[in-house]
Parts: sequence; structure tokens; C-alpha cells
Amino acid sequence: MASIDLQPTENKSPSHQTTITGAEAVVQALIQEGVDIAFGYPGGAIMPVYDALYDYQDRLHHVLARHEQGAIHAAQGFARASGKVGVCLATSGPGATNLITGIADAQIDSTPLVCITGQVPSHLLGSDAFQETDVIGISMPVTKWNYQVTKAEEIPLAIAKAFYIARSGRPGPVLIDITKDAQFQQLDFHYEKCTSIRSYREEPAIEIDQIEAAANAINDAKRPYVLFGQGIILAEAEQEFKAFVEQGNLPAAWTILGLSAMETSHPLNVGMLGMHGNYGPNLLTNECDVLIAVGMRFDDRVTGNLEKYAKQAKVIHLEIDPAEINKNVFAHIPIMGNAKKTLPLLTQRLQKKDRSEWLARFAECDRLEHEKVIQEELHPTKDILTMGEVIHILNEKTGGDAIIVTDVGQHQMVACRYAEFVQSKSNITSGGLGTMGFGLPAALGAALGAPDRTVVCVVGDGGLQMTIQELATVYQTQAKVKVLLLNNEFLGMVRQWQQLFFDKRYSSTEMINPDFQLLAKGFRMPTNQVTHRDQLDHALTEFIETDGAYFLEVMVGKENNVFPMIPSGSGVAEIRLD
Amino acid sequence: MEKQEFTITVYTENQVGLLHRITTIFTKRKINLESLTTSESEIEGIHRFTIAVTETEEQVIKVVKQIEKQVEVLKADYYKKKEVVQQELALYKIATETLTNGIEIERIVREHNARFLTIEREFVVIEKAGYKRETKALFDELEPYGIKEFVRSGRIAVARQQFGPGKDIEALLQTNSPSI
Repeated sequence: MASIDLQPTENKSPSHQTTITGAEAVVQALIQEGVDIAFGYPGGAIMPVYDALYDYQDRLHHVLARHEQGAIHAAQGFARASGKVGVCLATSGPGATNLITGIADAQIDSTPLVCITGQVPSHLLGSDAFQETDVIGISMPVTKWNYQVTKAEEIPLAIAKAFYIARSGRPGPVLIDITKDAQFQQLDFHYEKCTSIRSYREEPAIEIDQIEAAANAINDAKRPYVLFGQGIILAEAEQEFKAFVEQGNLPAAWTILGLSAMETSHPLNVGMLGMHGNYGPNLLTNECDVLIAVGMRFDDRVTGNLEKYAKQAKVIHLEIDPAEINKNVFAHIPIMGNAKKTLPLLTQRLQKKDRSEWLARFAECDRLEHEKVIQEELHPTKDILTMGEVIHILNEKTGGDAIIVTDVGQHQMVACRYAEFVQSKSNITSGGLGTMGFGLPAALGAALGAPDRTVVCVVGDGGLQMTIQELATVYQTQAKVKVLLLNNEFLGMVRQWQQLFFDKRYSSTEMINPDFQLLAKGFRMPTNQVTHRDQLDHALTEFIETDGAYFLEVMVGKENNVFPMIPSGSGVAEIRLD
Repeated sequence: MEKQEFTITVYTENQVGLLHRITTIFTKRKINLESLTTSESEIEGIHRFTIAVTETEEQVIKVVKQIEKQVEVLKADYYKKKEVVQQELALYKIATETLTNGIEIERIVREHNARFLTIEREFVVIEKAGYKRETKALFDELEPYGIKEFVRSGRIAVARQQFGPGKDIEALLQTNSPSI
């Protein structure tokens, strides 16, 4: 790509200026990468960059979070909703360390992020200076790449590499740490996007032999079964995936990060995998003869006990990251590469087959699960409100066309199980890391990343209080975040485990909560509270139809449990319906 | 699967912090590094790590893949004991006066194919290259005479085949790449 010489902005004098400060180079580089929104929090070591941002407010909008953790989760939500790279700024020391949870979350959930942190001046490095921390060392195990800039001239290259690495191949978080002196120094700025790095391969080469072997295995299979993950969404291969399962007439189940890659109503979408997934998708993992995993990594929450996982099946694994092949489950036929390219090659080799008998097994399991779990969860006969019925009515109000952002816990499992989706990039949740406090800031980022869509943040009373300060950011940005608090006055998931596996010893899980209605009013949000079933429908209508942010609290059963459940250490076929 | 001795070789860009990035992959799985050496490789500007571990092959394969996926790593491979030619270097410091008490030390040094690196007024330094068992054997023989200081290097090793792993990365090095 040709290099781009940047014209200085109008409000910058003089017009023939060729050198700029490192701080301004950071801002101009971000603009060159197409960034128009960044999330962050200022502080001493990043002040020159914030000063430079002041001149570019019309082109690069900065969202001032109330905590760096809020900023980075917002950047994650933005990235997941928009498909773009999320950008996050923070100062050195505590600013940088407050990003670490979000970086780790983005690393395990393959979210493209570029984090820029300020650092103490280079002559003070290693001296335990004020707000100095070794963020390069601290973030190394949880970043795809990181780099410390100590000279302004390195800034354009470092940022170009950062964006290329964050978004290419299997995406992930990148951190660039810039010493304060480098932000002040002058450099001759010109920007060139990075398109290759000699030591880095975006994706492995496709092996046609493996594609053919896989196609033969699927064509010969009696009970083939597809598992799909976020790889489909990250590769933007939703259409290719649908063509693949339709051509092969293959039942397909999703991981919670793959959720929304295929519309809920699709007849071949058989439901959710994992610990609180659907009955059939888990049980039948151990009945299929060919298991086709697409863009997923066999997380232990999906597989349960590996010794009892799909031992009868021939496993085909489509995956962009070679390190995921054979990591948890042995792949008889590994298909490495980008799913957008590999899926069509596979689809064109598939024969149309009648699989009605096999598909009927899923329908049978679905009937049983409805009878034992779903019916009562969605249409309870008891007075106590369930999380499931709230999500069920929410579906009616949104038509399935909302972005559902969840926090972590029981409400997350219920939302993933029962929320309906008609389009991709609509489910945003912390999967791999299970970060409580993710939901609200991620919803803020999603609302700014997809401003035309309805964004609902489903959150529990525990997780909400971890990042509740971001309601202030919602107010300041006027982001249209709809917070749906499912309040059971417990850390519900931990309490459920205590009930089932720790003899009902509810150690530190009951929450004596603040008045969330007053709190939300304090954050200047329209609010409502539902305590009885007859209020629910109307409240959810108002919640969705009100233009802008809204805070709706629903008091749900204190000791309701999420079922089905695969107890920790059990196999997928040992899934419990009650 | 049983644990056995493996040598892992990693060809990398010369980048600050890469050592930490590679070692954290072992730390994450609580694998102890028996030794780790870094040096230049046969390719100009390309560094190499030589890492010695005793682990199951299954674990080593996973670790090697996770190392290779690091942005600045060009190639990572692993070898079983028989697939490499390996050496370690040991230095032994003993008091010069032990030499004056007869010819024992000289005999031991000769028999072990070791050599005197330096002889000073107060101490001598003996150097021995070989397998760990060989440098250990010399240590055991010298010990009764009083070893003042001892050090053994990490394992260095080359593949027991015509070309090393560097052969596979020549094409990569032609790729255009930013220079930081």
C-alpha cells in the first residue's frame, strides 16, 4: 500500500508543517485506521495524547468511561457489535493495570482491540517512578502482541502493526505502551498500513486433501453433527455456514460465542451446547458418528469431561488457529484455514442426504426438555417470576432483532438459552473468561458501535454492581442502552452450585442490595421495577419502545436454578434435566 | 504418556520481551525449563532459543504450537533426545594449591577430555564440554579436592539432519515487514 502523507488539520498552524508530536501521531494514526470512536480515561502519562485529541474531536470521538475496566469492556462491546477494532486509551500504572481484565477477556474470546497506554518518561523506566508499572510484562501473557514505544518515530509503525495484528487471522488484543517523552517528541509523520509481517501468518494454507477427506466422511455419515462457534462471526462466514449446513442437511448447535451466527428459527439450528445448554445438543454429541466443529475451540464448559466426550465420533475440526487443533479434542480430519474460504470448498463436495431420522432425535430431545424444563421456565405456574419468562416476553417485544449483551451468571445462561436472534453479531457476552462486570460497559460500547440497533443489557444484581458506575457514561454519551436487571438478590450461579454441590451452605452469596431504582434515578435514567407478573408485559413494552436508555429491574425468584446442567467433571451425556 | 527429554528450538526476530512471552507459555502449564539458551542463528538477524524440558510429547506438541503462533516467532520445533546432537559446557574452579599436591588433578582432567582454561596464582579454571552425565562425572571426581565455584551452561543442540529448521523460514524472510 502506498504511503499516505497526512495533511495537517485546519486548526493547526502552519499549513506546511511536516513534523508533528508523537501524541498527535497517535491520533492521526488512529484516524488513518478508520477509528472514529475510542474509549478511555486520562491521566498523567497519557496527557499529551489527550491534548492532541482535543484538536480532533470532530473526527475522533472519545468516550470518557468512569473506570478503565469500563472503558475496555466498552471497546470490546463496540468491537463485537461493529466488527471493527475496539480502541482503548489509559494512563500508566493503575490505568494500565485496570485494563488487564478486559485484555484477558478479549484474548480468550478473540476480540480485536488496540489498547494504548501512557508510560513514564523513558529516562525513568525501571526506577519505580510515580505511576510506573511494567504493563508490557504484565500484559504479555494476555495479549496477541504488545510493544513499548520509547521514540516518537516508532509510533506510526507500531500502531500500523497493532491494527494489522489485532484484526487479522484469529483476532485478539494488542497493547502499545508509549513513554511520555515519546509523546512529546517531534517526528516526520507519514502513515502506511501494515499488510504483512514476515514472522506472522494470518491463516494457515488450506489442504484440499483434508477438505476431500472431510466431505467423504460427512457424505458417508449416518449421524453427522455440527458445532459452531464465534469463528463463523469473526470470519463473516454466516452465509457460507448456512449454505454448508443446508447442503449437508446437518443439525448444528452453537457455543455461546457462536450464538446469533445462525438465526434461532432455522430448522437446522438445534440449540445450545455446554454446561447449561440444551439437552439434545449435549446428549447427542455422544451419539453422532461424525462431529464437525467449525470455528470453536472445545472449551471445557462445552465438552464437560473429555474422557467421556464424543469418543465414538470421527472429528472434523475447521479452525484458523493451528494451536487449537488437537488441543482439547483430537481431530481425525483437521481443516486449517479461514472458515469463509474452507466452508464453500467443503459445501461444494457435499451430497444432499435425507437425515430425517437423525434430526428427529434432536426433536425428540427438544420435546423432553420442553416438558421437563422449558415449559415451566417460560410459562411458570408458580407466582415467583422466572428469568426465562422475562426473556421470552422480551423476544416478543424485540422480534429477536436486538443486540443482547449479557453479564455473567444465571441470567447469562438463561438469556443465551432463550433469547431469539434474526441476525449475526447480536449476542455479546463474556464467554471464555466469564468476567462479571462485563455486561453494562460492553452494552454501552455495542450501542455506540451499532447505533441503529436496539441494545439490551441483561444483567444480574451481582455483575451490575461491579461496573455500575458506567451508568454515568451511558448518561454522558446518551447511548441508548436498555438495562434489564434480573434481580434475585443473590449471586445466583454460585448459590446454585452451593445448593447442589455444597449442601446448601450459602457462603457469601446473599446480597443485601441498594435501592437500584434510586440509584438509576441518580444516574438520570428512566426507571421501572416489576415485582409481579401482571406488570411484566407492559413494563417490557415501555422498556423497548422508550427512545433512549432505560433501566428496568425485574424481581425474580431468589432461589431459581438454571437447568439443564452438566455437573462439573461429568460427561455431556450425563446432563441433568432437574 | 511418559515424560522424556525434549529439545525445543525457536527461531525468532530479535525483539525485547520475546523471552518473557515464550517462557510464559511454559509457566501457564507449570512446565519447568531445565535450561534455555539464546543466541544468533545461522540466519543473519534471526535469533534462536534452545530450550530443554522433560515432558510428555503431547504437552510439548501443544506448547510448540503456542510458541509458533506468537507474532515474532518464525518457527518452533521439537526434537527427541536421539534427534539432536547436543552439548553443555561446564566450568570448575579449584584452588591452585591442589595441583601442587601431585599429579591427580592433571590425570583427572586428561581422562575426562577436559582442559585448563586458565591457571592463576590462587585458582585454576577447568573447562569441560559434553553431556550432563559427563560434566557431572568430572564434578564428582573433582569434588573431594574442593570445588570453589561451578557452573554449567544450558543445553545447546543442533538437529541430526542435513538442514536445520532455519531452512524452512528462508521464504518467509523475503516477505515485506515493518522494521520495529
